[in-house]
Amino acid sequence: MRIWLPLLLFIVLVAFLAIGLGHDPRTVPSPLINKPAPDFRLAQLHEPAKNFTAQEMRGQVWLLNVWASWCVSCREEHPLLVELARSQVVPVYGLNYKDKREDALAWLTEFGNPYLLSATDTDGRIGINYGVYGVPETYLIDRDGVIRYKQVGPITPWILQDKILPLVKDLSK
Amino acid sequence: MKRVGLQLLLLCLGFLALSDQVTAQEAKPIADDPELEKRVMNLSQELRCLVCQNETLADSRADLAVDLRHEIREQMKAGKSDKEIIAFLTARYGDFVLYRPPVRPITYLLWFGPFVLMVIGFGVLYRYLKQRRELISQQPLSPEERRRAEELLKAAPGKEAA
Repeated sequence: MRIWLPLLLFIVLVAFLAIGLGHDPRTVPSPLINKPAPDFRLAQLHEPAKNFTAQEMRGQVWLLNVWASWCVSCREEHPLLVELARSQVVPVYGLNYKDKREDALAWLTEFGNPYLLSATDTDGRIGINYGVYGVPETYLIDRDGVIRYKQVGPITPWILQDKILPLVKDLSK
Repeated sequence: MKRVGLQLLLLCLGFLALSDQVTAQEAKPIADDPELEKRVMNLSQELRCLVCQNETLADSRADLAVDLRHEIREQMKAGKSDKEIIAFLTARYGDFVLYRPPVRPITYLLWFGPFVLMVIGFGVLYRYLKQRRELISQQPLSPEERRRAEELLKAAPGKEAA
């Protein structure tokens, strides 16, 4: 008893610490999951005279990818997005976050453009509405305009295969 | 050796001067409304910067923190109360933005856990003290024990009682 009790307590403590270490402190649970995606009306990156609204995507399952030319991790996930766009499983739209237009355009020319179109959130106000705190971020939005999944940080092949694509399949039924 | 020391000193002084310059650059002109600015600062002391998670929104120099302070300022100008602004932020970033987590079933352990531990601690302490008192309670020596003690004391003359 004298030995076992402290040992037991120690094991419990270690178990808790191990679970804690397994969590990524950067991923903050988003309160926006299963909530309507905030609407916006923003100028398009390629044709600034035209607008893009979240509203017009009703009836479609789509991905909104928040990106910027100054964002290093965006380059990391970019090939994956290009590939995803080519597969045409789900339409990918971009939210160009706090960027300069010419930088953003140059970036897309250099690395390829996976987006059907990008909207420009120059001052980051829409980003705040979407709870963006670490670019890149990706939102999966369903037909009713409800956010179903949020990825903070670059999408990895694993996340795409195991989380996003199954959800897309489910929601597109 | 002396020269190296001198160079080091100069280097340090250089850095000092540099850091002075940096802070000098940081100082921005105070907004037109110091009262409002004070309110913004007070509220952002309570909020966490999501980029550098151990800093308050007031202390952080991250881009997002600047934007959020701006947002708070705008909303205050529009006449929103602190409560409404906090509701606006938690709707987007979750309770995580609050440095003071709200009391909810999920945070009960956080809020009340320490007190529960304290009560348990007092319980354990009470039991321990009670046991100890029983152990050291005085029992008079029996005649046999007294005789043996006297014998032992006599058997060691000159030696100090331990």
